[in-house]
Amino acid sequence: MIRRHLGRLGFYVLIAGILLYVVFPFYWAIVSSLKTGSSLFQVELWPGNPTLDNYVALFREQPFARNILNSLIVAVVATGLSLFLALTAAYALGRIRFRGRTAMLLIILSVSMFPQIAVLSGLFDLIRAIGLYDTLSGLVLANLILTLPFVTWVLTTFMREMPRELEQAAIVDGASDWRILTRVFLPIMGPALSASGLLAFILAWNEFMFALTFTLSTEQRTVPVAIALISGATAYELPWGKVMAACVIVTVPLIVLVLALQRYIISGLTAGAVKG
Amino acid sequence: MTAAARKSAGGRAGLTLAQQRARVAWLFVAPMLVAVILVAAWPLGRTIAFSFTDAYLSDLENWQAVGIANYIALFQDPLWWRAVGTTLLFTIVSVGLETLLGLVIALTLNAHMPGRGLLRAAVLIPWAIPTVISAKMWGWMLHDLYGVVNAMLLKLGLIDAPWAWLAEPRLAFAAVVAVDVWKATPFMALLILAALQVLPREIYQAGKVDGVPPIRMFLRVTLPLIRPALLVAVIFRGLDAMRVFDVIYVLTGNNPATTTMSVYARQQLVDFQDVGYGSAAATSLFLIVAMATAIVITLGRVNVSAAGERR
Repeated sequence: MIRRHLGRLGFYVLIAGILLYVVFPFYWAIVSSLKTGSSLFQVELWPGNPTLDNYVALFREQPFARNILNSLIVAVVATGLSLFLALTAAYALGRIRFRGRTAMLLIILSVSMFPQIAVLSGLFDLIRAIGLYDTLSGLVLANLILTLPFVTWVLTTFMREMPRELEQAAIVDGASDWRILTRVFLPIMGPALSASGLLAFILAWNEFMFALTFTLSTEQRTVPVAIALISGATAYELPWGKVMAACVIVTVPLIVLVLALQRYIISGLTAGAVKG
Repeated sequence: MTAAARKSAGGRAGLTLAQQRARVAWLFVAPMLVAVILVAAWPLGRTIAFSFTDAYLSDLENWQAVGIANYIALFQDPLWWRAVGTTLLFTIVSVGLETLLGLVIALTLNAHMPGRGLLRAAVLIPWAIPTVISAKMWGWMLHDLYGVVNAMLLKLGLIDAPWAWLAEPRLAFAAVVAVDVWKATPFMALLILAALQVLPREIYQAGKVDGVPPIRMFLRVTLPLIRPALLVAVIFRGLDAMRVFDVIYVLTGNNPATTTMSVYARQQLVDFQDVGYGSAAATSLFLIVAMATAIVITLGRVNVSAAGERR
């Protein structure tokens, strides 16, 4: 009896430990973002006199609103383009047997294994040659390397899992593949599109190396680059308060998104199992 | 339906339905393929080509072919080999820790208890936020003068002077691993959890009736059953860890103790503007990852064409 209670207790201690490990960095970021001046450098679990100065400064001294908008534009357009291009490809790869299909799946898988650095100089050259250096369009193009193979892979997996009977009747009736895709599959692809789209959005939203290398001006930066390069008002100010405020601003919507859509995320992750 | 009927249903030019559908398949795949060639294959080819030249970032049009001189210089640079070693050590240590911790978290989440959904969502959050943010949050917590980690350790009497977490070589490496583990463990835990949830309950009930100790149950039953899923997760995480960049760039910058292959290559490419030499380093990393991928695929651990059935 006592042993069982001890076991229970141990279990809850374990859960508390996991939660603390996961959540404490966020808690500390929030606490630090509410402190300014010298209080930032005192370790206290709750700020003595909390202030929103860091948040105000972030939008006044830096183009942070612009950076958020940039990230949104890049992530939304890259995701939309990927879904659009991947939909027909995934249908073909998932529902039609043809020569070269396995080879193509292999190519897609290996592209998603590409180290970003391996395409960096070639992509830099390409983006500059077509005049997209330091523009959001250039970043959209670069992000396709991450999102397109991923979305194609996940959608193909989803397509495969659908029952064969779905299109068989339509084929017998002589319906074209385009018709089958748009009339039979598309209406029931909602969850698959949401899952893969959401994960692609997160991939593009979090992307750092391309955004760091292919932009120059503060106005074209995306959020990760802006946060990595935040500077103090003077050369002597340590901008940790502002950095933490920026982290909180970006993290809160993501938490809401994850909580609201966790079902899609988990189904997409287990179907894709490609990257984290 | 007979072959003849199928043929007439397929229609024009005497193609069978299968042939006709194969044509449609290529048409359907073409736009995606063109995009992948444009953004992946072409730039990769350019990078490889650059690695045989002396191109500089400021003037990419004017270059001379230099043969394999960049590779010779690369393989003679002790810093490159140090980066290779750091990358491998980082991959082994962090993926190992992530697997262990991921197992613990997945087993915990798999137990029935109130608030499981909430805990599962909480675990997802480190995975969802940008690596740059996790690196900054931990960078602040590990700050040598004002960080909360040093303050706590001092208060508990575990250390008597603040540690320079991000400067001292061994600590810096440990810090980078710690942040990566914090960020990537949820991914591992969720993949393991997905495997755990499809295990048949009857085995565990039978085990309980027979009085098999839980640890033994785990080692003899659970672990062998989730092995395939675990391997897939470990392999993907491993390939991912080999190209690590963001967390190191933000957390420890140019600290040679944490310079991995990606960090080394970007330093050469962008900071020193040496596109030829940097491309040789990038190409080498690509070859290493490609070889690892090829080995994994040929070993048959990941069956590509059966990926749909894998769950």
